[in-house]
Amino acid sequence: MADLTTGLTDAEVEAWRNGRLAKDYERIPPRAKEFTTLSGLPIKDVYTSADLADIDEKADIALPGEYPYTRGVHASMHRGRPWTIRQVAGFGQAEDTNGRYKYLLAHGETGLSTDFDLPTLLGYDSDHPIYGREVGKIGVAVDTVVDAHALFEGIPLEEVSTSLTINAPAGVLMAMYRVVGDERGIAGNLLTGTTQNDILKEYTAQNEFIFPPEASVELVVDTMEYCAEVMPRFNPVSMSGYHVREAGCTAAQEVGLTIAGALCYLELGVERGIDPDKIAPRVSFFWDVHNDFFEEIAKLRAARRLWARLMKERLKCKDQRSWLMRAHCQTAGVSLTAQQPLNNIARTAVQALAAVLGGTQSLHTNSFDEAFAIPSEEAIKVAVRTQQILLAETGAGDVVDPLAGSYYVETLTKQIEDEALALIERLDAMGGMVQAVITGYANQLIADSAWEQQVKIESKERTIVGVNDFVDDDYSIGGIELHKPIPGVQERQVARLNQVKRERSQRDVAEALTAIEKAAPNLKTNLMPLIETAVRARATGGEICDVLRGQWGEHSPSTVF
Amino acid sequence: MSAERSRIKVIIAKPGLDGHDRGAKVVARALRDAGMEVVYTGIFQTPESILRSVIQEDADVLGLSSLSGAHLEYAIEISDLLKKNGAEDVVFLVGGTIPAEDAEELRAVGVSEVFGPGTPTGEIISFIESKVRVKV
Repeated sequence: MADLTTGLTDAEVEAWRNGRLAKDYERIPPRAKEFTTLSGLPIKDVYTSADLADIDEKADIALPGEYPYTRGVHASMHRGRPWTIRQVAGFGQAEDTNGRYKYLLAHGETGLSTDFDLPTLLGYDSDHPIYGREVGKIGVAVDTVVDAHALFEGIPLEEVSTSLTINAPAGVLMAMYRVVGDERGIAGNLLTGTTQNDILKEYTAQNEFIFPPEASVELVVDTMEYCAEVMPRFNPVSMSGYHVREAGCTAAQEVGLTIAGALCYLELGVERGIDPDKIAPRVSFFWDVHNDFFEEIAKLRAARRLWARLMKERLKCKDQRSWLMRAHCQTAGVSLTAQQPLNNIARTAVQALAAVLGGTQSLHTNSFDEAFAIPSEEAIKVAVRTQQILLAETGAGDVVDPLAGSYYVETLTKQIEDEALALIERLDAMGGMVQAVITGYANQLIADSAWEQQVKIESKERTIVGVNDFVDDDYSIGGIELHKPIPGVQERQVARLNQVKRERSQRDVAEALTAIEKAAPNLKTNLMPLIETAVRARATGGEICDVLRGQWGEHSPSTVF
Repeated sequence: MSAERSRIKVIIAKPGLDGHDRGAKVVARALRDAGMEVVYTGIFQTPESILRSVIQEDADVLGLSSLSGAHLEYAIEISDLLKKNGAEDVVFLVGGTIPAEDAEELRAVGVSEVFGPGTPTGEIISFIESKVRVKV
């Protein structure tokens, strides 16, 4: 890379290493026997232009907004449009979460994001005899489109984009969103937002699956095709590295597993005869931003480059929008400590800075009290303010991809890209992501990485401040009150569910559910128009999922550890 | 631990719909490496299915992992079931995101110990070894 060459020869660098550096180490030995990134990549003492010998500026780095998008998906990046401040929120009934949305928007949030409760995520209604106790606990309860109306009451859906963290029943919630828009008179092409809907990572990490993988991935393809037709600005899928990373994998594995998943859905679409340029532009991504500052920046740059190359070369996409990896990032929940919880503010700020320097389009900063409970309003405010400080006070968003050309960051970027591509090739060789799930390969890969990290923490090879060093008995959360589950949520939610069931046309619901039941056995039939009809008739999420359970069966949880 | 058995037997269980299983699996692996016999139930267990596992496996220890805020309801119900089914001697541990005041309440209903985020697995191992040895 001619323009970065300092003129130092390998011999000169070697002489420095054996001379001046060795002398320094004689006086003060290195702090560790070997330095590695959080994911275990070896780190040299210093990087020079010699490390960039295999990197070509035009082909590998290029300019922002240009292929292969290493430097960002837009030319102007955060100088023009700042990243979206998108804090995920959800608890209680729809009205409770709607109140939190309005609080967040009033404090400068610029996009919405919904967490659903466990029964909703797993396709059960709020009156479920066993799981009813989890109604409204870690997210909002949504049984029917009536709840979805209440969730977005007073929020201009034609102006604010909404992310829905839903996977197994994503098609149902996507249809609810579309029907809410329709019943409020908002055209489908004005609705913007995202459903997470990346079911593969549920089997490997987040564990919110219902149906077996073969049927589930086809349902994802249904939603991609449906969105392209009825809500062309809505992202049907948010390919999620976040959960596999939280479950323990490395940065490169996060990129590899996630892109392999996206290839799986898109190639199934191609098998159905769908032009990849029709659906690929609306595939978005969701990354975890962990503690290793440079590794995370490099990861985001590597992921963008690898995606662009695979879309262009492997899927033969011609539309440039298909090559763009647009991404949401969230700081690493797994890095938060219950010990000395105020320290989490510092961790989150540094992670958020990495996301910004890595070129994210949207960001969620975790709240410092989340090792105890879902966040309190006070803690969320600090999280939102952290993002505002980054944009307004630090200058981090004022120049595009400021770390390009860094010998270290460019080297890491290439290492992560190479390692992720090698993993994708291994997954291809075993038959792709669905096979990697069925055989348990992906789950074991993640469990092994998680265990390796635990061993490093327990042996103190990896320090976590307040946990295995600088330990004291401080669990103080700065005098704020933790969020507490709202009493009586289930009773009120069941009452509303019963009312909706009384007032709807039972015949319309029965007909709509029967239509889904008849169509489901052919996995290549697009079920989304039928699901939309059922949602419109006020069928519940549980009823629709039960019909699909009857046809497809359920996936058994893994007991591997 | 019964005299004729040389290894401590542990059930690690995930109640309800909570999918956060990294901690459960890491603890299971650490206990196994420490020489214990460990059965991990997987996610989506009900109080009844957890009780069945404990009885069938004749477990010395039940480790319940919860990160979904539903720990109180599940732990209280399981504690009752253990008592009603003559399994009150089982060392009942709870781990996960548990606020301090809830930990107090859990201890009051018969949970032996509560282990929060960041607990070294060595601490859990020592605790189990101290409790189960007492029973011999």
